[in-house]
Amino acid sequence: MIEGISIYEILTLTSILFFIGIYGFITRKNLISILISVELILNASVVNFVVINKYLYPDILQGVFVSIFIIAIAAAETALAVSIIINLYRQISSVEVKDIEIMKY
Amino acid sequence: MERYIFYIVALGMIVSAIASVASRKMLRSVIYLLFVLSGIAGIFFLVDYNFLAAIQLTVYAGGIIVLVIFSVLLVHHIEMKLEVAKFINRLLTAIACLIGIIIFVTIIYSYDFKVAENSTTTTTAEIGMGLLSYETGGFILPFEVISVLLLAVMVGAIVIAKGKMLIPKSDESI
Repeated sequence: MIEGISIYEILTLTSILFFIGIYGFITRKNLISILISVELILNASVVNFVVINKYLYPDILQGVFVSIFIIAIAAAETALAVSIIINLYRQISSVEVKDIEIMKY
Repeated sequence: MERYIFYIVALGMIVSAIASVASRKMLRSVIYLLFVLSGIAGIFFLVDYNFLAAIQLTVYAGGIIVLVIFSVLLVHHIEMKLEVAKFINRLLTAIACLIGIIIFVTIIYSYDFKVAENSTTTTTAEIGMGLLSYETGGFILPFEVISVLLLAVMVGAIVIAKGKMLIPKSDESI
């Protein structure tokens, strides 16, 4: 645990990061920006898992394992999303949300 | 000492996150995201999970950021400004998010966490043994499932990104 920092301050920090991610997810009009916001949200949840594990249950490691799985799934999701975005850009020459009407392969 | 480092890292992360969702230039917002991810790795170092910090730096800051930068460069002109939502929409979303933050923080501060005082360091060996253990609380099955998932994602990403060039609209329109 961090010297002199309580769990409340870290949880406040992750809540703020989470809602910044939600703000970006709603207001952005571009697929890549939306992807960036999703990364922010996922990272906030990862920090929550790790910090709660460290502060409340230091003798077990479940939070660390879950956060490793979250990071792996986030990497997989980003790879797929980037490939979909590139394919979409080849077909309709745009990555704006309003231009995307078909996702039929 | 660690206290001040935490405050500096936290402030930097919040400022970079806001800049990342508010910047109108695509590449800049990716670089701000890189700062946020490095800050999270710093927090992992502060709570003494060195292995997780290394994973965060290699997978996120090394892999995902490079992937996103590649996609930005492939699909965008760097000079192009992004469209933003209408002002009233942004204002309403910001207010809703502020209310959400207030609710979260109130609930967090009203709950009494039973913090266990400790300063144990987790070694990488313990994490590896836990991931591969068959006993109760072991994570061997999710570990195997995620390896299959990564393989499937790799194949799927190649197939999707290869794609066909420009499907003729006249024949295949629905």
